[in-house]
Amino acid sequence: MSWSSCGSSSICSWSSISYVPHDPPSKLLKRRFTPSIAQPRWKPRRDYSHINRGVSKVFGYYGLKNPPYKLDALEPYLSRRTLEVHWGVHHRGYVEALNKQLEKNDTLYGCTMDELIKVSYNNGNPFIEFNNAAQEAGDMPTLGLLQQIEKDFGSFTNFKEKFIEAALTLFGSGWVWLVLKRDAKCLAIVKTSNAINPLVWNDIPIMSLDVWEHSYYLDYRNDKAKYVNNFMNHLVSWNAAAVRMVRAQAFVNLGEPKIPVA
Amino acid sequence: MALRTLLTRKNLANSPMGMLGLRGLQTFSLPDLPYDYGTLEPAISGDIMQLHHQKHHQTYITNYNKALEQLDDAVAKGDASAAVKLQSAIKFNGGGHVNHSIFWKNLAPIREGGGEPPKSSLGWAIDNHFGSLEVLIQKMNAEGAALQGSGWVWLGVDKEFKRLVVETTANQDPLVTKGPSLVPLLGIDVWEHAYYLQYKNVRPDYLKNIWKVINWKYASEVYEKECP
Repeated sequence: MSWSSCGSSSICSWSSISYVPHDPPSKLLKRRFTPSIAQPRWKPRRDYSHINRGVSKVFGYYGLKNPPYKLDALEPYLSRRTLEVHWGVHHRGYVEALNKQLEKNDTLYGCTMDELIKVSYNNGNPFIEFNNAAQEAGDMPTLGLLQQIEKDFGSFTNFKEKFIEAALTLFGSGWVWLVLKRDAKCLAIVKTSNAINPLVWNDIPIMSLDVWEHSYYLDYRNDKAKYVNNFMNHLVSWNAAAVRMVRAQAFVNLGEPKIPVA
Repeated sequence: MALRTLLTRKNLANSPMGMLGLRGLQTFSLPDLPYDYGTLEPAISGDIMQLHHQKHHQTYITNYNKALEQLDDAVAKGDASAAVKLQSAIKFNGGGHVNHSIFWKNLAPIREGGGEPPKSSLGWAIDNHFGSLEVLIQKMNAEGAALQGSGWVWLGVDKEFKRLVVETTANQDPLVTKGPSLVPLLGIDVWEHAYYLQYKNVRPDYLKNIWKVINWKYASEVYEKECP
């Protein structure tokens, strides 16, 4: 299947759908074209290594994007082995399950990732790359994001405490998120169970932490507190969070910007 | 008064009595395993058994005791909202303690009868209801593997209708949350901590192998008590 070659290269991003014609190029190609405005990185990809199998169906694929850092770059907080298994096995499993579901269900073609999540709601969830990519050595948020955090939580320390508390009081498997709430127009910390994504509540995720046991068990065994603390202090990529914040502000009006007076 | 509480208070079958608080509040302590950690290999590694028992189960007990104390306080003070707020912690940690206590009794080393298929009334009931033991095992494995997130898969008996059931529960919910007349015979922990170090994410392999150390004798005893 061509998506697997797509998955190992960093050219194909998770949000792009590759259309693979099953007929040789000489025949008239039936392609399903879905303009997707919310996916600026959409790239049609012709894969001629695919020999005609006599099937005229067109598949939409999601590929597994590489994390933006080497797998051992997060040591000593998260071992290479953990990332190999978490990203390579769990995440890949979710993407494969997603592709399998897409194969079966025609009406899901052409949906953006966001729409898919809302429609399927916890069924074979693939949004996780969204979150894993957030992990990178970073210390503190800056500028706009920091200001908003201070406005909504009082101080960055307070936010950190609340986030850690949420992570430690989550029962079972789940995620902890920093989201921008659309209606309340402020940042908030939410907990979701299993693989639910706050997008289903129409909130925009800024940053997240996986507290399923598989994400820390190999390195920390049952010491969830240490994992959560290390994550908050050393692993969060505030740069990525800032990027998401900026994008989120395109959808949520947080008020007039403070323009400095000359 | 304390002595009477000692004698009459019904407590969990295998939770040794902890210290009695001033008001007779019973706390719980970690039950000992009737076998060594390493004796369930290669189905479940000794590492996992030790962590599971000494760390996870102990944490549930500690937090359960804490929640019970807080609940006791709230009830004594008549603080209804605090009492209700504690319910989820009690369900989670108390359920964790109950479930794991049953789990340890559900397992036995192979040389002590682990894996030996059930005989007499339970064996007959399984054949009657499911067709054969293999079918039951397939069913439980399928449900266990399909469970999303954390939870348990159970073989239980409905003591009202005298019927065997296969159920799953989420997180640490005990089997009774699926039906008040359900009594657990066998429970398999499918939280990731129960298998991750050994099987990584391949939960089906864990489920396939755990049957080699399942203690059917205990399940038969419980069944015979409920359905004589």
